[in-house]
Amino acid sequence: MYKDLKWKIPLILAVVLGAVWLAYPLKEKISLGLDLQGGMHLVLEVKVEKAVEASLDRLADEIKRDITEEDLEVDRVKVIFASRQINVRMVDKLDLPPVKTVLEKYPFFSMVSEDSDGLGLVYQMSVDQVTQIEQNAVSQGLETIRNRVDQFGVSEPTIQAQGEKRILVQLPGVKDPERAINLIGKTARLEFKLLDEENSLQQALAGSVPEESEVLYQRVENKETGAVTKEPFLLIKRTVLTGETLTGAEIRFDSDFNEPYVSLNFNSVGAMIFQQVTRENIKKRLAIVLDDNVYSAPVIQDEIAGGRAQITGRFTSEEARDLAIILRAGALPAPVVILENRTVGPSLGQDSINKGITSIIYGGLLVVAFIAVYYKLSGIIAVTALFLNIVLLAGALAYFGAALTLPGIAGIILTVGMAIDANVLVFERIREEIRIGKTVRAAIEAGFSKAFRTIVDANITTFIAAVVLFQFGTGPIKGFAITLCIGIAASMFTAVFVSRAIFDGTMSHRKLDKLSI
Amino acid sequence: MKIISSETHFNFMGKIKMALTISALMILIGLGSMVMSGGLKYGIDFSGGTLVQLQFKTAPDIEVIRDGLKTIGLGESTIQEFGTKRDILIRVQRSEEKLEAVGSQVRNSLGESFNKADITVERVEMVGPKVGRDLREKALLSILYAIIGIVLYISWRFELQYAIAAIIALIHDVLITMGAFSIFDKEFTLVIVAAFLTIIGYSLNDTIVVFDRIRENLRRKGKNSLVDIINTSINQTLSRTLLTSGTTLLVVVALFFFGGEIIHDFSFALLVGVLVGTYSSIFIASVFLVFWDSRKRA
Repeated sequence: MYKDLKWKIPLILAVVLGAVWLAYPLKEKISLGLDLQGGMHLVLEVKVEKAVEASLDRLADEIKRDITEEDLEVDRVKVIFASRQINVRMVDKLDLPPVKTVLEKYPFFSMVSEDSDGLGLVYQMSVDQVTQIEQNAVSQGLETIRNRVDQFGVSEPTIQAQGEKRILVQLPGVKDPERAINLIGKTARLEFKLLDEENSLQQALAGSVPEESEVLYQRVENKETGAVTKEPFLLIKRTVLTGETLTGAEIRFDSDFNEPYVSLNFNSVGAMIFQQVTRENIKKRLAIVLDDNVYSAPVIQDEIAGGRAQITGRFTSEEARDLAIILRAGALPAPVVILENRTVGPSLGQDSINKGITSIIYGGLLVVAFIAVYYKLSGIIAVTALFLNIVLLAGALAYFGAALTLPGIAGIILTVGMAIDANVLVFERIREEIRIGKTVRAAIEAGFSKAFRTIVDANITTFIAAVVLFQFGTGPIKGFAITLCIGIAASMFTAVFVSRAIFDGTMSHRKLDKLSI
Repeated sequence: MKIISSETHFNFMGKIKMALTISALMILIGLGSMVMSGGLKYGIDFSGGTLVQLQFKTAPDIEVIRDGLKTIGLGESTIQEFGTKRDILIRVQRSEEKLEAVGSQVRNSLGESFNKADITVERVEMVGPKVGRDLREKALLSILYAIIGIVLYISWRFELQYAIAAIIALIHDVLITMGAFSIFDKEFTLVIVAAFLTIIGYSLNDTIVVFDRIRENLRRKGKNSLVDIINTSINQTLSRTLLTSGTTLLVVVALFFFGGEIIHDFSFALLVGVLVGTYSSIFIASVFLVFWDSRKRA
């Protein structure tokens, strides 16, 4: 009857040793969730429609240039964002057929209508192309953010796409959340724009902004009071050079005042454009604009060759360093907004661990003491099984690489309660069987087999709830669900299989007349 | 050692009317409280909003904090102590999509009245309205799917009337626990949804143990009526029911008192849920079985 112990005992030993091997040492093998070790959890949404807009703008410029190169006179190429269309307006009716030929170079644009006056054509961007741009914006955004985080230096960050246009960023142990958000979330669209010095800034501020120009501001923050003042600039809308041609950005220190600035290097195309722009605009002012904020607007003293420029602006060295990182990692293809932000400071995390562990120990001790008193020797077997249950749980957590979260600790505590339940079910059954006069061996046999079905039914229903939680839960809930799932599976093994084996093992050595239960 | 004598013969089914009255009262009081306070109180997980937990070196004056916050115009805010007098929880309805760290913004706004070095930002949670809606949907779906899955399993293992009876017991437990939440003015968050799903699982666990015994006793029923069989079954499983609830409660109580502020509400939900679940598996769950049986005969 106890022959099967020959394989049961080695199996149990193997499972337990395996779990110990997986989970030891605990500190290295089981990672802590952000709520326990402190850190930042961000969900960002990429404003993909902005990427589509930017792409339409760029294409409109390109198309205008292509048409002009054919010696045709363009009135203007207008972008209609809402419907993702462009409207090409010509001066001469006869130019429309050749324009159609030019547009054939852009297969993702299809003609939808001709303007009623016969001077314009409306083209529609294909849905596929829009989707493509949106997907690219997300995947490039993800790459850029990963680059920035890598250079920022956070250990084991998680950066992944979530759904169609969301990006999940998890930064464990981040000390300065404000800085991290700035670093991750800045679009960092760097543009060089000439000042419009022919028109009056005052008139523009009063409302009559010339069509080719725009008003942008320089934010000046007083470091002591924190007060922010804004200085307006009238700039020519057309961007002369963008950050796309950058090859490097570094923090440097000014030799006179030891003030930090960011030094920029352009590639050959960028260098050429920069040289040409500076040559043609000596004594005029060139503004350096980052995300529509003017950083500085120095006067061009001389033609600048070699493709170097610098951004100054009363930075702290930390700000200058972060700006350099952002510029090196490149601009986000579209701006992002924060949908969800959960940040936990390191001390709070430590506090949660301490309290969680304290309650596990107190709760566990209470249960253990109670069970041992109530069921005597059999109770000790149950407690042994319970202890193994926690070892298995730790092993499984390590194996699945699941992080331990605060709700996870709650899950473990709950598992302790449920594991005891399985033993209680069995023991109560054994007591009943002994009461109706069965022998110890028969009572154990009957107790386990009758309680088994109940235990399975009861545990599977809870398991269903836990699996659903895992499927639909996010963040902390997942941690709870996974510990509960593993805990239920482990408790079935320990409370039924292991305690049965211990009972059988004890019985195989001697014949018991009375069971300590 | 025994707490419950081995052969109890309580007439639980004889107390149906009293039990139903008590349950109805508890549910009504809970629902009444929910209606009075204008529905469930959603935490920022579901309603969207911002929560900032600060720790001060010495206990601050809440009114001074309120005045400080006004300067940054975050809109309506609730400020309360969180566990100790030094820990302050600030809740704001609005959520900020802009790329600003709300935590340091709040801390800076208090710079005039307090020494900034004495304030630590312990926790910031910001959930945008869109995510809040998503999370709410997911939470509802998860409860719905869990119930469907469990009903299917029980109908497969038992019979339909057992599944219906189990679901009634579980809705009973959830309603009463929700009521307790409303009465004690606690918020519904993601973690509380997890607690409720646990209660659902636990309540069913308890109910199934009883049903399993009823099914077993029905097979050799002889001349006994269903009511007698149910009574016998509840009595036979009584010591197990109370023992298990007892040990689980030991653990939950430890969690409630030593687990810290952050999971306080979670353990509160479990505490109420386990108590109500135990009560319902003894007094409420089997009532429907009797009702079903009497209708079939009629």
